[in-house]
Amino acid sequence: MMKNLFSVIALVASSWAMAAGPAVHLDKAPIDLTDKASLQNGARLFQNYCLGCHQMQYQRYSRTFSDLGIPEEVGMENLMFTGEKVGDHITNNMSAKDGEKWFGATPPDLTNVARVRGPNWLYTYLRSFYADPSRPFGVNNDVFPLVGMPHVLQELQGVPYKAYETRLVDGASKEVYVGIKTDGSGELNAEEYDRAVADLVNYLEYVGEPTKLEARALGIKVMVFLLIFFVLAYLLKKEYWKDVH
Amino acid sequence: MFKNLMSWIEYRLPFMDKMNLHVMQYPAPKNFNFWYFFGSLAMLVLVNQILTGIWLTMNYVPSAEGAFASVEYIMRDVDYGWLLRYMHSTGASAFFVVVYLHMLRGMMYGSYQKPRELLWIFGMLIFLVLMAEAFMGYLLPWGQMSFWGAQVIIGIFGTIPFVGEDLTLWIRGDYVISGATLNRFFALHVIALPLVLVVLVFLHIMALHEVGSNNPDGIDIKKDNDGTVEQTEADKKFTFHQYFTRGGKKVIVDAIPFHPYYTVKDLLGVAGFLLIFAWVIFFFPEGGGYFLEPPNFEPANALKTPAHIAPVWYFTPFYAILRAIPHPFMGAVAMFAAIVALALLPWLDRGKVRSLRYRSGLHTANLINFCISFVALGVLGVLPAEGVYTLLAQIFSFTYFGFFILLWFYSKNEKTKPLPVRLT
Repeated sequence: MMKNLFSVIALVASSWAMAAGPAVHLDKAPIDLTDKASLQNGARLFQNYCLGCHQMQYQRYSRTFSDLGIPEEVGMENLMFTGEKVGDHITNNMSAKDGEKWFGATPPDLTNVARVRGPNWLYTYLRSFYADPSRPFGVNNDVFPLVGMPHVLQELQGVPYKAYETRLVDGASKEVYVGIKTDGSGELNAEEYDRAVADLVNYLEYVGEPTKLEARALGIKVMVFLLIFFVLAYLLKKEYWKDVH
Repeated sequence: MFKNLMSWIEYRLPFMDKMNLHVMQYPAPKNFNFWYFFGSLAMLVLVNQILTGIWLTMNYVPSAEGAFASVEYIMRDVDYGWLLRYMHSTGASAFFVVVYLHMLRGMMYGSYQKPRELLWIFGMLIFLVLMAEAFMGYLLPWGQMSFWGAQVIIGIFGTIPFVGEDLTLWIRGDYVISGATLNRFFALHVIALPLVLVVLVFLHIMALHEVGSNNPDGIDIKKDNDGTVEQTEADKKFTFHQYFTRGGKKVIVDAIPFHPYYTVKDLLGVAGFLLIFAWVIFFFPEGGGYFLEPPNFEPANALKTPAHIAPVWYFTPFYAILRAIPHPFMGAVAMFAAIVALALLPWLDRGKVRSLRYRSGLHTANLINFCISFVALGVLGVLPAEGVYTLLAQIFSFTYFGFFILLWFYSKNEKTKPLPVRLT
């Protein structure tokens, strides 16, 4: 058992060390939970590009529709493909076993992914795929190296590749990595693609905590009430304590 | 009619008399300061935890298959379920914040010294039960941190020679952390430990009222009635329960009735506390990843170790001590000793003067050393146990225990300042 604890602690320590190591720079996701159009576009992208493999097994269609201001008929028409009921959870029919067989790991549920990874990670991750013929699906990822996921948004982005430029460094010409570029075969240009990813991340952030806006709105009322309560409590205390001072 | 009913009850159950004894005619020193808010706040948080806990239990499913989904159900489908859950999860952290400050108050003003040793012991028992309660509650959402945090902490028991392995088996009820573990932790978290906690809090308060509250000056407000004690006009203004004057053997000075003076003052403390508490609940429920850790939004997976396993922040000072010692069992012993040392304070401190105000500069410096060590250990507990961090954890573990050892040596013949006769 002592060995067990040692190994657990060693494991913990080594994983910490990894975390403490040089992390990939994450771009700040330009998201806004109050932007309904962005959220609706994010929901559309999720349904069309993600749901095949990733579920949102804790989020209901009806919740997404009502929170995003999508009329039920419109939502059922455009965002529900396989005859589910509007109160159903957003799930697919891929078994975990098949997922593991096909991709090396079961594609994770994405209901809470924004709370686990954070929106900046997601935003950077989805913009960090690049062509790598050595990988089974022909792509690798800078944020999540050797990830088992194919680049499902390739249709939108085009084929991304790592671009190098020849530059003069200290008198010698060298190949310098300048970032990820695409071959232009996608439906969107670079700017539009970033925007689409931001919309998708915005939607994932919303699904992670659908009550966030409601909490903030209620929170402000509660804080105002408590401030008044604080002042009244202070005056009450002062009045009573006149006897003591 | 009503009066008759009241006296009929009073004769059979002296309710008003007890209310007078403990509330309306309880003599409290008049000079309580900011540090005296945290006892009543701890009670408030306890009530918050019990009430929100009851409502969470109504929708929570204590099984390995259903726990995680039921928490998400509470967060998404139960009306104001998110609020109940955040009040409960933030309440857990708030509990430790107020309890740590409450304990520091006791250390600053020597509230553990004679005759309040038993009161202090009850407090330490509450702290122990609270840690068990928090630990078991953290398993219930059945997230990755729930699972792996429990794995590490139960592993600590496994380091005990000879019986360790059997002990962990007995705690888990299985060879691994499983639904069996979850179910028993649920039973202990929602019934057994809260009951113990409430009984201990009752005993803590009864013990307090028997010996009376200490105060920032650390001097007694109940003086022997030997004819030398002069009562001021202010002293004569209030009536206290005859129980406290011991039939005229004691004279009470510089005291005020708990109600209404401290009830209205504590109300102000409650308002201030709730402002901060609500601010966290509504705007930062994750507490920057310290109150709710990000990996815990992923269901428990025995086959996938999360990238970071850090215990929740309130355990980290003790966790840092555990890791500072290279030998696992000795580390566990040191961690337990860190808590026992606190419980032994009434006997480790051999001084006669209670309050920091009238003790030596050495004592003040030593107490500051304790605070710095505790906070530093807390920070180190979330950092990786490697290189300079391990060394720092060892240094601060040394200074943590050094506080108690030094205290024992200097407190016997400490150079103290003269005590005032009356409260300042």
